[in-house]
Amino acid sequence: MPDNLDALLLARIQFAFTVSFHFFFPAFSIGLASYLAVLEGLWLKTGKAVYLDLFKYWLKIFAIAFAMGVVSGIVMSYQFGTNWAVFSDKAGPVIGPLMAYEVLTAFFLEAGFLGVMLFGMEKVGKKLHFAATLMVALGTFVSAFWILSANSWMQTPAGHVLGANGQFLPGESWIEIIFNPSFPYRLVHTVMAAYLTTAFVVGAVGAWHLLKDRANPHARKMFSMAMWMAAIVTPAQILAGDMHGLNTLEHQPAKVMAMEGHYQSHPEGAPLILFGIPDSEARTVRYAVEIPKASSLILKHDPDAPLAGLDTIPDDEEPPVGMVFWAFRIMVGLGFAMLGIGLWSLWARWRGRLYDSPWLHRVAVLMGPSGFAAVLAGWITTEVGRQPYVIYGVLRTADAASPLDAPAVAASLLAFILVYFAVFGIGVVYILKLMAKAPKVGEYGVKRGDVGPIRTAGITPGPTQNPLGSETLPTEAPGEREPA
Amino acid sequence: MDLTVIWAFIIAFAVFAYVVMDGFDLGIGILFPTFAPGRQRDRAMNAIAPVWDGNETWLVLGGGGLFAAFPLAYAVILPATYPLIIAMLLGLVFRGVAFEYRWRDPGHQKFWDLAFTGGSLIAALAQGMTLGALLQGIEVEGRAYAGSWWDWLTPYTLLTGLGTVAGYALLGSTWLIWKLDGAEQAHARRLAIGWGAATIVLMGAVSLYNITLNPEYAARWLSAPEIYWVAPVPILTAITALSLLHAIRTERNSKPFWLGIALFFLGMSGLGVTIWPYAVPEALTIWDAAAPPRSQAFMLVGVALTMPLIIGYTAWAYWVFRGKVADEGYH
Repeated sequence: MPDNLDALLLARIQFAFTVSFHFFFPAFSIGLASYLAVLEGLWLKTGKAVYLDLFKYWLKIFAIAFAMGVVSGIVMSYQFGTNWAVFSDKAGPVIGPLMAYEVLTAFFLEAGFLGVMLFGMEKVGKKLHFAATLMVALGTFVSAFWILSANSWMQTPAGHVLGANGQFLPGESWIEIIFNPSFPYRLVHTVMAAYLTTAFVVGAVGAWHLLKDRANPHARKMFSMAMWMAAIVTPAQILAGDMHGLNTLEHQPAKVMAMEGHYQSHPEGAPLILFGIPDSEARTVRYAVEIPKASSLILKHDPDAPLAGLDTIPDDEEPPVGMVFWAFRIMVGLGFAMLGIGLWSLWARWRGRLYDSPWLHRVAVLMGPSGFAAVLAGWITTEVGRQPYVIYGVLRTADAASPLDAPAVAASLLAFILVYFAVFGIGVVYILKLMAKAPKVGEYGVKRGDVGPIRTAGITPGPTQNPLGSETLPTEAPGEREPA
Repeated sequence: MDLTVIWAFIIAFAVFAYVVMDGFDLGIGILFPTFAPGRQRDRAMNAIAPVWDGNETWLVLGGGGLFAAFPLAYAVILPATYPLIIAMLLGLVFRGVAFEYRWRDPGHQKFWDLAFTGGSLIAALAQGMTLGALLQGIEVEGRAYAGSWWDWLTPYTLLTGLGTVAGYALLGSTWLIWKLDGAEQAHARRLAIGWGAATIVLMGAVSLYNITLNPEYAARWLSAPEIYWVAPVPILTAITALSLLHAIRTERNSKPFWLGIALFFLGMSGLGVTIWPYAVPEALTIWDAAAPPRSQAFMLVGVALTMPLIIGYTAWAYWVFRGKVADEGYH
């Protein structure tokens, strides 16, 4: 529908904007929920107060991030219908139930365990509280499970049949739909990305406070834990990314061609282009720095294996190369930078200088947002790389949009941009303010006078509104503490 | 009963739960400027602070459920009411964060109070007008909305929008009668009488307008033998309306609120009678819009497992907050 091209482009920008903004919050809260569970578990196991202090410190930040995720998520649940009506109609019977399960899960999680986790330690006791923390961590994972299943089905649709009315209908087995070919890889890659995102945020906060006071025991503990994550999870993530890439090569070869910048086929082994400027007009990557045959080696495990290029793909089925090519390199580059930090920290740890390496700390602070950037770049790679399809191979993005006039979408896009930057900008400032304060002995929990939203999530009331509850999570009697 | 009918009732239940529960939250937002800054406003907001977020979540369930169980209706109604839906979502964002930010940032409390009221008012108006846009009929061609992006703006939708604003204000003020005492309760009582009368008048006006809107609606209500089946709805509505106005003057606790909910229930039942069995009046029946049984059955399992837990937990949260709002502000 060329006459509606502007409305289509605006709708795509609007979806990309709102979903990117939204995903920052879950990307952080999935990892943070697990980190909180680990902290509380270690506290219960060892009785060391430093873990409880850190738990309470990060709990306040978690509450805000979770709330922002909820608020921005409500918008997403309506945007499929407002802007992508044809998609909603056609894919609703398959995608709808997956999303509905996500809603029910998130609803239950939000209504139930989050409130207990935030406010209930005194009311329900340590063990039950730990169970609630575990359920919240599990809940964020289950939420991711359903959403990524839906997204993966759009990338590698399976298990459906085409109805007489043009709808995609569920076939014999829901298992085949839920566990579609790219889902396991995407799930692992995304969840590990969330863990790394959190690890680098925690590491940066720890490093920041180490730079100010290298004796701070809380900063030491969180920096050390984050660096273990960086050293252990980054290599695993690189491996998972490689496997995800091989899966993509099998099911969405055009995406990999765009990622690699392979305009032409290479019958005798394809080079790995490290850098260069893709020129889609001339069908070549200019100023390419490349390693001969390395791409074939990575993708086919054989340096001489032939690799097809975009010349084998009809022009109207080609994804935009430049954006995919660059986003992929940003993601991979950040991944290797993370690996570098992990190795650097191992070396510093081995030398016994983990807490006395100001340059490591400075770089770790700088790398604090790297997870978010890598996650965003990764999503751009996969979402732009599957164009021109919204459901790969079967429904084009251009055919999926709502019949809306361009001015309507332009107005809503402008409104979203203004409101999101203002409202969520303030939320992020609250988070940064909390992070700027060093965690301390006897850290207080979520309570009166805190900055930031604590009531935007969960219907279990905060103690600030709860006539029956108390003001804070418990702090132990001094006698129970041991020097951290 | 087939799955599609079950799902129609599940969606109707989610919408009803949303409308009455977030309805009183939004109503208090709308009435907020009539309370004096300071203690009065703090108490009014604290009467809903613990529960509003859970209330709002029903909206997600309504939207998500509609997408999953009636994808075609979702795909037609949302583009047809595009500016209303976007305005509602943004209104809810402002309303939601105002709960926090007005306490966190006392320097800008006036601004966030305004955002609280503005967000609530826009959301309520947009929801009422969306309902009106649905009832007045949506132009459908093939499987898509075929109208322009201003079709939803008519005198009728303005009337349903105002009716919803008045109804939410009524629910909000009766909730405050229940949760407050003293001077604030007296103020809520005065508000409830005015907004109660306005709600009843506007409900009547919308009902009469409905009959003129569409001969099929008129036949549903005015011709025999249907009239014998549907007559109890207006009769019960009249009785409820009178009891409500009486209760507002005399009761000190929850009775006006429950009668307000009864009024909403009857109003929604009336709307159900009016549009049944359509999801989009005259264009799509619920069976036209339905997802296949395999999809509806799969989701029904999830609903059956989680809905009792959700309802139980919600009831518990309300139980914890029973009684009047404490005199001392929560903050």
